Amino acid sequence: MLIPHPLLGLRDSQEFTYLGDASLMQRPDASAENAEAQFCDYVFLRDNPAGVHRELWFHEQGDRSWLVVTRDTTTHEILGAELALDVKGAAK
Amino acid sequence: MTRLTGGLIDRNAPLNFTFNGKTYKGFQGDTLASALLANGVQLMGRSFKYHRPRGVFAAGSEEPNAMVELRTGARQEPNTRATVTELFDGLIARTQNHVGPLERDFMAVNDLLSPFFAAGFYYKTFMWPKVFWEKLYEPMIRKAAGLGSLSMLPDPDDYDKGFLHCDLLVVGGGAAGLAAALTAGRAGAEVVVADEDFALGGRLTMESDLLNEAAATDWIASVKAELESLPNVRIMTRTTVFGVYDHGIYGAVERVSDHLAVPGDKVRQTLWRITAKRAVLAAGATERHMPFADNDRPGVMLAGAMRAYANRWAASPVKRDSDAIAIFTNGDDGHRTAMDLIAKGAKVLGVIDAREAAPRFGDYEVFAGSIVTGTKGRLGLTAIEITRNGQSQWHSVGALGVAGGWNPNVHLASHHRGRPVWDDNLLAFVPGPNGPAGLIPAGAAAGKGGTEEALTDGMTAAITTLSEIGITASEIVLPKAENMPSEQVAFWHVPGTKRATKKRAWVDFQNDVTVKDIALAHKENMTPVEHLKRWTTLGMATDQGKTSNISALAVMAELTGKSIPETGTTIFRPPYTGVSLGVLGGGDTGPLFRPRRLTPTHAWAEAQGAEFVEVGPWMRAQYFPRAGETTWRETVDREVLAVRSGVGLCDVTTLGKVDVQGADAGEFLNRMYSNMMGTLKVGMVRYGLMLREDGHAYDDGTCARMSEDHYVVTTTTANAGLVYRQMEFAHQCLWPELDVQLISTTDAWAQIAVAGPKSRELLSRIVDEFDLSNEAFPFMACSELTICNGLRARLFRISFSGELAYEIAVPARYGDALMQRLMEQGADLGATPYGTEALSVLRIEKGHAAGAELNGQTTAQMLGLGKMVSAKKDSIGAVMSRREGMAAEKRRLVGFKSVEPQKQAMAGSHLFTDGTVQDMSTDQGWLTSSCYSPHLNGYIALGFLENGDTRMGEIIVAANPVEGQTVKLEVVSAHFVDPEGGRLRA
Repeated sequence: MLIPHPLLGLRDSQEFTYLGDASLMQRPDASAENAEAQFCDYVFLRDNPAGVHRELWFHEQGDRSWLVVTRDTTTHEILGAELALDVKGAAK
Repeated sequence: MTRLTGGLIDRNAPLNFTFNGKTYKGFQGDTLASALLANGVQLMGRSFKYHRPRGVFAAGSEEPNAMVELRTGARQEPNTRATVTELFDGLIARTQNHVGPLERDFMAVNDLLSPFFAAGFYYKTFMWPKVFWEKLYEPMIRKAAGLGSLSMLPDPDDYDKGFLHCDLLVVGGGAAGLAAALTAGRAGAEVVVADEDFALGGRLTMESDLLNEAAATDWIASVKAELESLPNVRIMTRTTVFGVYDHGIYGAVERVSDHLAVPGDKVRQTLWRITAKRAVLAAGATERHMPFADNDRPGVMLAGAMRAYANRWAASPVKRDSDAIAIFTNGDDGHRTAMDLIAKGAKVLGVIDAREAAPRFGDYEVFAGSIVTGTKGRLGLTAIEITRNGQSQWHSVGALGVAGGWNPNVHLASHHRGRPVWDDNLLAFVPGPNGPAGLIPAGAAAGKGGTEEALTDGMTAAITTLSEIGITASEIVLPKAENMPSEQVAFWHVPGTKRATKKRAWVDFQNDVTVKDIALAHKENMTPVEHLKRWTTLGMATDQGKTSNISALAVMAELTGKSIPETGTTIFRPPYTGVSLGVLGGGDTGPLFRPRRLTPTHAWAEAQGAEFVEVGPWMRAQYFPRAGETTWRETVDREVLAVRSGVGLCDVTTLGKVDVQGADAGEFLNRMYSNMMGTLKVGMVRYGLMLREDGHAYDDGTCARMSEDHYVVTTTTANAGLVYRQMEFAHQCLWPELDVQLISTTDAWAQIAVAGPKSRELLSRIVDEFDLSNEAFPFMACSELTICNGLRARLFRISFSGELAYEIAVPARYGDALMQRLMEQGADLGATPYGTEALSVLRIEKGHAAGAELNGQTTAQMLGLGKMVSAKKDSIGAVMSRREGMAAEKRRLVGFKSVEPQKQAMAGSHLFTDGTVQDMSTDQGWLTSSCYSPHLNGYIALGFLENGDTRMGEIIVAANPVEGQTVKLEVVSAHFVDPEGGRLRA
């Protein structure tokens, strides 16, 4: 697979390490009342859709940026890739 | 000899080769199969299951029968196809899968037993009694199965990997492929054209068709010359594109030197990863046959293959020139073979055409409305039975060509689950619309197999597909060509063999699957094609049913009353043809299997005669044997005692190092580590425990605060990369608002542990005016400094051994010099290098956790570090570590001493109360690390024991059922050495 790195252009997926569902960026608040239940969901529950999936890739053999890649899991078509820093920044 | 005239062989370059020990002569340009045929050899092997005599069936990589073993010794290679084996001088080939001589295979008894080996035989027969499987059935099947044999010697050859990028990949160098490559090449596109054959031209080299009213080879030569002259075009012959992967990535194998006796200074094969913006699939078509009774005798082959042998290799399919050749066809194509054979002077009996209105294109007999219903000849065809309207007559022939129509090679277009679609006019599957993105089929692979249409289609495909990536290609002047007649009727197999007991009509030669087997599979409800394949093994093995699949599903369609498209094909998957494991490894064997990381003092340690051990990708010195030491234990004991009594030196560069800088560095590390790091004073080091987000212990290390906004963090060797990745994740994905920058400096700094009561004395001899006194530089202090007259360094007063100890870091390129300087300066102090074994003994004696204790299943509480998980702040894993089940965990890290000091309890042993039954319910924990302690003169261990912290002095049992071993142990503190820590602070 080739991943369109927002800064470096098309890069071979072999340069990356895969982590999984981008929901991992939404770490719960530890001070919340039901923090333990929220953390259980956060740690153990992931969506595994057949179709469009937002997921985290680490450009480990590259510029060390974490990317949020939108990929169709049924075709491996890559619909977009953003820097996780930008995604997180935009969410603020 | 049955060599014909002409052909693309070099008669001035004769080559000698042996086949089953007998010497033959061929020519440059021959394949093993063509040379054998030209020598009148028809019998080339035995079938897989019934050991039936078999001859060559095809002229390309689709060959199901002529499988041979090549070469000898370590280069012996089984299951190679004689049809694609280029002849070279001295080639040694043997047939395989027979016991005794090829002509009298003793395993042919299987053929007599064939009624017992019907479809699904394995599934039905070996199911019971169950105990027979391991002892009887499996060894028996294993002995009988398989085709060729391996040498069992290491592969002596080299392999390589290569990477290519292009605008257009052209798969196949025949009419369509060359037209596409030339069109794209002239347009300036970066082009790679790959063909599995050693010559360009594809089917053009095997036909008598004229281009521009001259031999096709003239046009091929001119195109080849032009393509070679273009810097933007790369021609790759002997290269099979075997698979399509995501986003335009293609896998290909180039057989660099398989056509040579030995590779010499070349690699044998190269695995290419080709990234192509667009691709033209010009892979041609494969002919199919029409099963009839006893159709598997040597001498029966595809009519198109027969034509190829005659035209390109000047080889006749018969044993003797006087033997006649017949063609059995359902269309015009079979007649072309008859015409070409006649033109070459071969003796042709005639064409048996299933069509009533069979045409005649030349001076030969036509058996219109006729079929072949039987054959004779034990080791080679001698006669065929021709039947017309129920009237049969036997004719003497030495060979029979079967022309059942052409199947486009849709394979690559059908990767990624692209399903081929049925074309009623062509009576074949053609590439469907949902193939791999960017791949466009052309020529015979797209069902356009006429020479003129293939040329045009190749050119058009290139223009069309290049326009999608912004490259404008123009039409080229194509050579004048024509499309040969190609009318045919749907005739799939000769009726009458589905239920007959004596007459068997083979569909899949390689797997010995007959029409009757398909009928049986249908009867047993294995009707979907994927079931049919598994039940009968049809379409499996090295040829993947290239000549048989479509015929088989036509038979199944007939049985079920469904149409062929409704019946469908099995899924196409890579590889197109077999790929050797050697080339997939790409030469990365032995020490090259993965990158090896060497410490800065590696060469020095080697010179000291160190033994090395692999630690992840690192090679670390394990111990440093001295003359007279006879066991590794002797060496390790000496090294350990040297540290405890004097001073030892150990390269600890492999520990991960992360530089953490920024105004929020302290806050960031507070969140990464379970304990507080933000409160650490500048110039001090703190031990840190990291948890996984699920609350389990993950990694430990030290954080040294070099300045207000600068920490140097260490990790374990094993987790160096993972912890850094996790920290980047936390920084970029969780808390980007924190002002912090991270960089891994593991390779930038060489780090040496200087450990033992004399370590301060040794260091004082190399530092530049630096106060090492306990007051100025106490336990857990850190500082930047210079040593050896100005070399910048970092000094940490930390101890893994429990002794007064330091770790000193210098830029990596000075690591070797530093080690040598320390050894020199410490000579009178008894400075002793020590390796990972002594390091491990020292830390077990001190009760420090390492990889065996931080194995991903343990918690901070278990490690006795529960209090380190700060409740004052959030950190990764903190919330989950307080879960009820985690908090209830009662096993604790403690030490153990063997009751009989010289008896070792192995790490991994499980712990039980003395006298209890040993099972899961009474299990009290396990041993993690164990070693001989020269300090205590006996075996000690660390482990997790239920309520271990309250059971000091108790005698328990360590059981190792794998070794049948039990050892009695006394529960003790994990701190075998200096539990008060006085030595550390000395």
